[in-house]
Amino acid sequence: MYGNDFSAPNGAPDDASGGLLGEVEAAEAELRAAAARGRCVGPAPDEDLAAYFTEVVDAEQKIEPRDWMPDAYRRTLIRQIAQHAHSEIIGMQPEGNWISRAPSLKRKAILLAKVQDEAGHGLYLYAAAETLGISRDELVQLLLDGRQKYSSIFNYPTLSWADVGAIGWLVDGAAIVNQVPLCRCSYGPYARAMIRVCKEESFHQRQGYEILHTLAHGTPAQQAMAQDAVDRWWYPSLAMFGPPDGDSTHSAQSMAWKIKRFSNDDLRQRFVDMCVQQAGILGLRIPDEDLRWNDERQAYDYTQPDYDELMQVISGNGPCNRERMAHRRAAHADGNWVREAAAAYAAKRAGQKETVAA
Amino acid sequence: MNGPFDFTLALGDDALIAAQRLAEWTTRAPEMEEDIALANIALDQLGAARLLLSYAGELESAGRDEDALAYLRDDREFRNALLVELPNDDFAVTMAKLFFLAAYQLPLYSALAGCADERLAAIGAKARKESAYHLDHGALWVKRLGDGTEESHRRMQAAVDQVWPYTHELFAADPAAPVDPATVRTAFDEVVGPVLAEATLTQPDSAWAPAGGRAGVHTEHLAFLLAEMQVLHRAHPGAKW
Repeated sequence: MYGNDFSAPNGAPDDASGGLLGEVEAAEAELRAAAARGRCVGPAPDEDLAAYFTEVVDAEQKIEPRDWMPDAYRRTLIRQIAQHAHSEIIGMQPEGNWISRAPSLKRKAILLAKVQDEAGHGLYLYAAAETLGISRDELVQLLLDGRQKYSSIFNYPTLSWADVGAIGWLVDGAAIVNQVPLCRCSYGPYARAMIRVCKEESFHQRQGYEILHTLAHGTPAQQAMAQDAVDRWWYPSLAMFGPPDGDSTHSAQSMAWKIKRFSNDDLRQRFVDMCVQQAGILGLRIPDEDLRWNDERQAYDYTQPDYDELMQVISGNGPCNRERMAHRRAAHADGNWVREAAAAYAAKRAGQKETVAA
Repeated sequence: MNGPFDFTLALGDDALIAAQRLAEWTTRAPEMEEDIALANIALDQLGAARLLLSYAGELESAGRDEDALAYLRDDREFRNALLVELPNDDFAVTMAKLFFLAAYQLPLYSALAGCADERLAAIGAKARKESAYHLDHGALWVKRLGDGTEESHRRMQAAVDQVWPYTHELFAADPAAPVDPATVRTAFDEVVGPVLAEATLTQPDSAWAPAGGRAGVHTEHLAFLLAEMQVLHRAHPGAKW
C-alpha cells in the first residue's frame, strides 16, 4: 500500500528484472494448465511408488505433500526451503538497519513495507517447508543452533543509505534470477510460494533501482555514495549464485528432480548480462576492468567473485555473521516470556470454553 | 495549542514519533507474526503522519512540506505528547503505550471525521479505521500478558503503572481546536477500564501527570530519537532522495 508511491525515473526499464517477471507469469500459467489437465492416474496397485514419482516429475506435473517421495528429495527440499526462509528472516536485518534513518518519510514507508514483506516471505516459506513434515519451531531452532544456513550475502554490512538501493538492485536482482526457475519446481507448495515471492521481489528490485537512480543523478556526495555501494555489493552478489558448477555438491541430483533448472554459472551469466545494461542507464560503473561483450558467446565476459571469500563467509567468518546470529538469538530469547504468556492465556480461554460447554 | 495548525502539527507529531518507535521493533519482535503486525501499525501511523504534516505545512503557508517538518525541526519545535517518545522498553511497555495511544486516537479521529475542516475530516475518517485495529491489537496483548503467566502479569502491571501518568497529557483541554481533546476522555476511560479489569490489572491511581510535549518541552529521550531520524537528511542539505 505504502510501497508503490513513487514514479518511474526517466529511462528506467518497465521491468527492471529484465523480463523475468514475464517468466514468473508463464510459470503461473503452466501451473494452472498442469492442474487443469490432471496428473497421470496412479499409482496403480502394483506400480512401484518410485516409478510413479519419476513419471509425475517427468510429465512436468507437481508432487504434492501427500504423495510418496524419495527421502533424499524430501530432505533436499526441507534444507533448501528452510534455508530460503531463514534468509528472508535474517535478510531483514541489514535493511532494517536503515529504517530509523531513512532520508525522507516516503522512503521510510517504502523500506518499512519492504522489510515487512520479507517477514511475510519467511512465514510462507516456513509454511511450505511444514508441508514436508517438519515444524516451523524445529526449523527456527536449527537456524538458532547454527545447523542450517541462510544466504551469505546478509553477512555483509549496510554502511550507507545507498546500500539499501544496492541490495534492492543487485541482491534482490540476483535472488530473482535464482528464484524465477523455482516457480517451476516439481514440488507444488514450493513452486506456488515462489510465484508469490518473485512477484514481490521484482517490485523490491525496482525500488532499489529507483533509489540508486535518484542518488546517481543527485549531488556529488550522493553519486559517490551510490558508486561506493555498487563497488562493495557487486562481487558478493555474484557469489550468491554459489560455487562454480564443477564444485557444486547439490546440483546434478536437484536438476534431475526438477528442483533446480539451470546451473549456478548459467544463472550468474544471466545476472551479469542483465546488470550491465541497467548499470548503463543508472550511470554507475560495475567494478570489473575485464567486463566486456563476447560476440562469440553472445554474453559478457566477467571476473569471477572470490570463492575463497565466499567459503569463509559460509563457514561463519563474514563481517557480520556473529552479529546477525546474536541479534536473532536475542530477539528469540527476549520474546520467550511473551510467547509463554500467549500460550498460557490461550490455554485458560480454552479451559473456560470447555467449562461453559460442560 | 491554538488553532488548526498547532492542532494538526501535534497530531502529526504524535503519529510520526509513534511510528518511529514502533519501527524499532522490526526484526526484534517476540514472534514473526508480531513483527509484521507492529510494522503494519507503524506504517499506519507513518501514513497518518505524512497526511497531517503535509496539511500542517499547507496551513502554515511557509513552504514547509512533510519532510521539512519531520527532518528540519529541533526537539523544542516538536508538539507530540510525551507518551509516544518514551523508549520501547520491554514488550509490555510497548503494548501499554500502543493500547493507551489507540484508545485516545480512535475517539479523537472519529470526532475529527465529523469536523468542519474537510481535509481533517477526511484524514480522521481514514485514520479511525486503522486506530480501531491498533486498539484491538493492543487490547488483546494487554489481556494476554495481564492474564498470562505470573511473569507476564508482573511485567504488564509494571508497564501500565509506568505509562499511565503520561496518558493525562493527551486530554489537555484545547477549546479552540477542531476537536477539543478533553472531550474524548470519557470514551478513553470507557474502553480502558474494562480491558484492564479483564486483564486482571489494577488501574493506577497516580496523581503525577507529566506534560509539556504540546509546548515543546520534552523528555530527554526525544532529542536522541530525532538525532537518529534526522541525521542523514540533515547531512545533505537540499538533496533529493
